[in-house]
Amino acid sequence: MQRRACVLAILATGTMAGPASAYTAYVSNEKDNTMTVVDTATMQVVKTVDVGQRPRGITISHDGKFIYLCASDDNTIQIIDTATLQVVGTLPSGDDPELFVLSPDGKTLYVANENDNLVTAIDVDSKEVKTEIPVGVEPEGMAVSPDGKTMVNTSETTSMAHFIDTGSHDVTDNVLVDTRPRFAAFKPDGSQVWVSAEVGGTVSVIDNAKRQVVKKIKFAIPGLRAETIQPVGIAISADGKKAYVALGPANHVAVINTETYEVEKYILVGQRVWHLDFTPDQKTLITTNGNSNDITFIDTATDEPVQSVTVGQQPWGVAISPN
Amino acid sequence: MSAPAMPEKVAVVTPVKSGAFGFRHYLICLKGVVIRECLRFLHQRERFISSLVRPLVWLFIFAAGFRQVLGVSIIPPYKTYVLYEVYITPGLCGMILLFSGMQSSLSMVYDREMGNMRILLVSPFPRWYLLLSKMLAGVSVSIAQVYAFLIVAWFWGVNAPPLGYLFVLPALFMSGMMLCALGMLLSSMIKQLENFAGIMNFVIFPGYFASPALYPLWRIQEASPLLYKLCLANPFTYAVELIRFAFYGQVDWVSLGVVAGCTLLFLGGAIVAYDPSRGLITRKQGAGGNG
Repeated sequence: MQRRACVLAILATGTMAGPASAYTAYVSNEKDNTMTVVDTATMQVVKTVDVGQRPRGITISHDGKFIYLCASDDNTIQIIDTATLQVVGTLPSGDDPELFVLSPDGKTLYVANENDNLVTAIDVDSKEVKTEIPVGVEPEGMAVSPDGKTMVNTSETTSMAHFIDTGSHDVTDNVLVDTRPRFAAFKPDGSQVWVSAEVGGTVSVIDNAKRQVVKKIKFAIPGLRAETIQPVGIAISADGKKAYVALGPANHVAVINTETYEVEKYILVGQRVWHLDFTPDQKTLITTNGNSNDITFIDTATDEPVQSVTVGQQPWGVAISPN
Repeated sequence: MSAPAMPEKVAVVTPVKSGAFGFRHYLICLKGVVIRECLRFLHQRERFISSLVRPLVWLFIFAAGFRQVLGVSIIPPYKTYVLYEVYITPGLCGMILLFSGMQSSLSMVYDREMGNMRILLVSPFPRWYLLLSKMLAGVSVSIAQVYAFLIVAWFWGVNAPPLGYLFVLPALFMSGMMLCALGMLLSSMIKQLENFAGIMNFVIFPGYFASPALYPLWRIQEASPLLYKLCLANPFTYAVELIRFAFYGQVDWVSLGVVAGCTLLFLGGAIVAYDPSRGLITRKQGAGGNG
């Protein structure tokens, strides 16, 4: 009898295990000009809404009330109310906005303008451009330090990470990284900036104090040609112990130990994995897979893919509600 | 204990008068047949090794080579992308059952040629029971081989959900019974051991390749709708899918129905065929003169 109860308990645990908290994930679909709303608990699409042309960069205000979405071909940033999912305003982004980052105080949005070789700082409340900062050719990756004092932009053609003082809006340091850097992410303690190089196939770890590359992380997936490994999106866990790097056409996400810089695992996801983000409880990581038109949920406790869900055409970025 | 001693075990039950069998007698008979099959398997180390090596070669070499070529889309029961090794593992379990089932049938032909079958058939138990016992013996050996393979696959990084290894047992049993029954039916039609090569070419290979064991059926449908229909008409297709779903704690009811139905059909056919008074075996014996 006891044994039977034990078996039943194991079965119940097996079938009932799943994500604990429900958040809402918003996915920008580059090709069909839509945004997909996904419930992270049920892992199902709740709604798909029409947005501006070629939606790419996507982020959410710290209070979770508004989504900021780069409508690249409309040369604007749309503000979407998360309660109604209606576009309630726009921000003057400059030409072809692709990626941006919201300052820790939630007041300034720093936007990379790929065609103008500029980084635009926009005041979110007044919806006005505060300043434009000239950077390298084809700026793309954007990151801001946890204290809000330093902003980093990567320029794809110049292959540099530009460190910008958010007070003076001056470029203070330029750090050369590998070819075509597309994304930058600060460690939660602000000590390092991780920059992915799409063509170089590496991630450069830059010391924020010294402004020097302290480590270059390389990737090798058995059975895959090196040129298919193109690192793009980076997500570093809140405790700073693990970094997840989306490897583009390699269809895998690399899990890196941030102390040893060793790749501990490669997780199989959909085709051309581009960006990724954690749920606020850090239990789940969601990746956008551009060529297979889906997103993959990864359990961060086991680093195993749990489920893939079809969204719109060419999902590009993902933002998850903070509550 | 040596293998030749085993027929004596079966012979022990022969003095029991017909109609006076209790449940215990049936169990003794079953035990005798199963132990004989297990011992035969254990004594043939080459058979054990080859039964393990065959699926492992597919897993280690074939799957590695085709990992990039045959990208597998998300199809039930999978909820996300899986490596090719993971996809073909249920198919390789099916392959073990298929080869093992056919090997059992081979042993029936061998038994008949060597005269061992006479000892089995002179037993006063009903013929259907003897054949069922023989099948259960064959399936027990097959399932042991499957689990040995799954252990090696686990260390190769092919991991199903832990409970899946429990859930898959009934699926393996049912599929194994179906394939053993098929082998039994076929063995009744073979005159001599040499004809077994025909079974390889006309049953095992077409059955294996025209199934979702190595590639999903939608890929076959893309290539040829006719071939797709042939795959759907192949009972082995349903055995593989039954095993695949069971690994993830799910029941594919269509596969379950087809496998159960085919098992009854093949078993019924084998019982009729092995009945010397009216089955195929009579005609074969009359023509071939063996056994």
